[in-house]
Formats: sequence, C-alpha cells, structure tokens
Amino acid sequence: MTPQQIIFLLTAFVAVFSAVNVVSTRNMVHAALWLIATLFGAAVLFALLEASFIAVVQVVVYIGAIAIMFIFAVMLTRRDIREGGPQHNPGWWSAAVISVLVFASLVVVLSNWSGFNTVSAPPVPEDSLVLLGKALVSPDAFVLPFEVASVLLLSALVGAVYVAIGNKK
Amino acid sequence: MVPLSWYLILAAALFSIGLFGVLSRKNAIAILLGIELMMNAVNINLVAFWRYANPTLMAGQVFTIIVFAVAAAEVAVGLALVISIYRRHNTVVAEDLNLMKW
Amino acid sequence: MNFWTDPIEVSRQWLVGLFTGWGLAADLANILAILLGIILLVVFAMVLDVFLVWIERKVVARFQDRLGPNRIGPFGIFQPFADVIKLIIKEDITPATADKFVFNLAPILSLASVVILWAVLPLASTVYGVDLNVAVLYLVAAGALGTLSIIMAGWASDNKYALVGAYRMVAAMISFEIPMVVALLIPTILAGTLSMKGISQAQNDVWFFVVSPLGAILFLVAAIAELGRSPFDLNEGESEIVAGFHIEYTGMKFGLFYAGELLHAFTFGAFLGVLFFGGWNGPLPFGDKYALIGIFNVIAKGMFFYWVIMWVKYTVPRIRIDHMLAFNWKFLTPAAFALLMVTAVLHRLLLGAETWVYVVFMLAMNLVFGWTVVEILRALARKQRESAEGKPWPAAAQN
Repeated sequence: MTPQQIIFLLTAFVAVFSAVNVVSTRNMVHAALWLIATLFGAAVLFALLEASFIAVVQVVVYIGAIAIMFIFAVMLTRRDIREGGPQHNPGWWSAAVISVLVFASLVVVLSNWSGFNTVSAPPVPEDSLVLLGKALVSPDAFVLPFEVASVLLLSALVGAVYVAIGNKK
Repeated sequence: MVPLSWYLILAAALFSIGLFGVLSRKNAIAILLGIELMMNAVNINLVAFWRYANPTLMAGQVFTIIVFAVAAAEVAVGLALVISIYRRHNTVVAEDLNLMKW
Repeated sequence: MNFWTDPIEVSRQWLVGLFTGWGLAADLANILAILLGIILLVVFAMVLDVFLVWIERKVVARFQDRLGPNRIGPFGIFQPFADVIKLIIKEDITPATADKFVFNLAPILSLASVVILWAVLPLASTVYGVDLNVAVLYLVAAGALGTLSIIMAGWASDNKYALVGAYRMVAAMISFEIPMVVALLIPTILAGTLSMKGISQAQNDVWFFVVSPLGAILFLVAAIAELGRSPFDLNEGESEIVAGFHIEYTGMKFGLFYAGELLHAFTFGAFLGVLFFGGWNGPLPFGDKYALIGIFNVIAKGMFFYWVIMWVKYTVPRIRIDHMLAFNWKFLTPAAFALLMVTAVLHRLLLGAETWVYVVFMLAMNLVFGWTVVEILRALARKQRESAEGKPWPAAAQN
C-alpha cells in the first residue's frame, strides 16, 4: 500500500461516515456540520488528484459559503422542528432500498466498463492552472458556459433576495 | 497510485447516501443537504475522470467549476424559498406543503 | 548553495544525512525532516504569538496614555507568560446546555485556521512552507474555516449574545470576503501568478504598492473587517453583546481565541507586506539573496502593519452593522470591481512598456481613480445633506 492509498482510504472513510451522519442525525445543525466534514474530505480527494484549484475552491465555496448558508437557514427555521420528533418519512426504508439498489447498479455498470481498473494516470502538466484559466476564457473552449454560469449566479442572487425579502411595504 | 475504481465507488456511495437523504428526510433543508452530497459525488467523479483520462484537457475541471456555480445558485434560491415558505406557513416539513396536491 | 542563501535546504540535507546515518530508510528520514520543519514553523509562529500579546498590551497602553505591563522582566516582557499561566490554571467551564463537542472544537479550529496560513507565507526566497500554486485562494479558504469556527462557537454556546455575535460576524465576514478576493486579484494580475513566492519575486524591482496603492488600502480595509477588529469588531462588541461569540469560553479555550486573533492580525499584516510591499525585498537590501535578511524584512513589515491595524483599532470607534454592510455593498465592492477592471485593462495595455512608463501610468491611474471616487462620494454627501437640511444652505452659513 502506498501512502496515497492510505490517505485515500482514511479520507474516504471519514467522508462516507460523515455523509451517513448527514442523512441520519436528528439535529439539523449537526447535519450541516457533518456535511462540512464530507465536503472537506472531498477537498482532500481533489488535492490527492492534483486538482489544487478545485480543492481550494471547494473549501472557499462549499465550506465558506454554502455550508454557512445552511447553518443560517437551519437557525432561522428552528421553531417547529425540534430535535425530538422523527426526522424521516414513514417510508424511509423504501428510500434505503432504492439507494442501495442505485449504489449496486452503479457499481455493476461501472465494473463492466473497460476503464474501471485504470491504475496509472498520465502526469499532470506543470502549468495545469494556466491551462484551466485559458480553458475557462478562451472562445474555442468554455467561455460561453462560463459566462452563462456567471449570469445564472447573478440571477440566483437577485431571485434569492426577491424571494426571501417577502412583501415588506 | 490509487486505482480509478476506488474513486468511482466512493462517489457512487456518496451519491446513494445523498439520494437516501433526499428521499427520506422530512425537513426541506435536509433534502437540500442531500442534494449537496449528490453534487459532490458528481464532482469527485468529474475530477477523477479528468485526472485518469487526459489531464491536458481541462473539461473535467471546468465542469466541476460550473457545478460549483450551479450548486451555489441552487442553495441560494432553495434556502430563500425555504425561508419564505417558513414565514408564510410556519413549517419546513416538505410533506406539509401540499397546496398543489390533489 | 550555502547556509546563508538557502538554510532550509542545507539543514534538510544535513538532517536527512544524520537520520540515514542512524540507519533510517531514506524516505522515512525525509518525512521526519519535513515534519521537524513543520513543527519548527508552527513553534516559531506560536512563540511570536506569545510576544504579540506583550506588544499589543504595550502599544495599547501607549495609545491610551498608560504604561502597560512593566513589572515582570524588563519592560514587562515576561507578562505574557504570567497571562498564559493564569489562563491555564483557571477553571475550565463548559456550559451545561452547550453542544460539548462543537463547543470544544471551535477554539481549536479558530487557532488552526490562522496557523495554517503560515504554510504559504514566504519568509524569504528559500524559506517557505510550500510554494502552492493557488496560495492566494488558500488565504481565502483559511478565512472560510475561521468563519466556520466562529459560527460553531456562537451556536454551540447556547447563549443569545454568542449567537448574535456569530450572526454579525458571519454577515460581515461573508460580505467583506468579496472586496478582499478582488483586492487579492490585483497582485495576481500584476504578477501573473497565484503563488505567494511568485508574487514576491515579481516585486524585485517595484513594489506593488507603488503600482496599485488603492489595492493595498482595499486589502487592508477588507482584512481588518475579516479579522473582526475595530472599527469592525461587531462580533465582540463588548458594550453591546458583552463578548459576542466567545462569551462562554473560559481559561485556555478563550486563550486560543485570543491567540488566534492576535496571530491572525499579524499574519494578515505579513501577507499585506508580501502582496503589496515587496515581501522579502526591502527595506534592507539583498533580501532576495540572503535568507535571514529576507526573514527580517517580512517580519518587520508584518510588525509594521500589525501596528497599523492596532492603530486603527484603538483610534476608530465601532460602527453599526447596517453601516458596515452598506459600506461594503454600496461602496467597497463596486469600487473594488471597478479598480480591478481598470487595473487589468491598463496592465494589458502597458504589457511591453518600460518599467518607469508602466509605474507612472499605473500610479496616475490610481490617483485619478481615487480622486473620482472621492468626488462621487462628495457629490452624494452633498445631495443627502441638501435633502436633509433643505436646499438653501448658504442661508444656514450666514448664521
């Protein structure tokens, strides 16, 4: 076992354990904090995959903004969901069955794919960050999706403010 | 090096756990948390494929960044909706919001 | 390569030679040497932190026309050790209704979010933790962890004051993160890299402060808000919400928050020095060549900006939360984006120009930009005053 594999296994264990807690814990703030642990695990995996930019942006965007928004929203809507009552639908076991089936079928489908057992990967180019930046803004690559994403973010910002502000007169 | 299959299985597991959260949770915010888990699983897959296929092509990372943007937009609007509903109906339990149901 | 130009590499090779001489495997010896380096860096930061307590208390005292600690050791320099002993032997209270795990995790995370910043701080051209190619973003990511620690502390304390403090802090930090990121993009554009080492190297000839003084000021303001220091210390607000998010913390847990705050201020001062004031280049010459001079330069700049931050803290009174957010969203963020665009365009236009032409044009642009902003603000203020006091204020002047 190489050190990378050990790091992967530890991170994967933490990520899955936290993810299970996200969907099973009763306390919603704890669920959001467990989500942060999962997201951090994903960031470690991105670093392991040598996608440093993605790893850092994962921390900035997910932990710094999205998870904090979740904690805020949980605190703002605490009145009726106390920690005591059931947090799952009565039919949660069917959801569990569906999830296990989805997982099993995903693994089966993937293991039939020829590239499933790829072990070696080509080296990451030294200037991958420059390549990424150029890909995001060059007209032959992804400038249009990038711009559309920025427009989407702006409209989401305006929409969120409009929806949440209510009809204050 | 870590085999690609490990990443794919981990992502599949996270996706399924997120799916379970979306299907089984009562609280609307918890449903959004499940959706975040699923999006993260997708991101892990995208970056893993980028790394193991051809790291000189940046499509995998670019897609991940766009997923980040979509996730941020989705959470912003989703939580705004939840808070707005909470103000009006005093509940965030998804099954109580049955105005559109027959 | 000798010790004076590259002490870290020389010591590492010496250590690895020593360890392998003891019969360790080469890989293990390498890992051990790197681990020792990390411990050394963290210990350096923490020892500095202890003395920052003394500096802070001494400087505050002078600002407030007092003497400050002067009993223990010469000039009271051993006062922080007495403080630390006091904090350690105090009763360690966890509130009965607190969320114990989160409550105890928050101070650790708070200090850790500061200490990890030292990993990317280039102390000299050869002395740095790691030359990360996304170091500038890493700075923002560590700030995100700091925000998280504050909201964890505020929520887990199960105290209304703590929660209000955390709300305020997070609202402020998330909004001030935007001008900060934009201010960080200015040296990135000028140097063409996100790595702190690259940014320092790009300032061998001209400091970025000369090229973009407004960017430096923008970063300083955003950093003060990010630090939660006065005038933006709404998270603590001693006179309103007692102590904000750390109201329930006692003993060394409070000590960790306090140490984190001081080290955070110093670290941001050092980063301001690295990003805009040349890093290891100047004021002493040959900082890029000899490691010790470089370290001295960076630490001296960090101390200077730490002093500037303290100066602001103990001079300017706290402002209201709505004023603070309005200041960010209506002034700082638009100004930062406009400045970023103008800087980027001008930098592109002057790409092949000679250094002095480049500097003169950039400086002129900054002056024009600053003047325009001030004029716009003045016109706005006049309009508001007229709508509040009525048009004829020459009449008022006659009284």
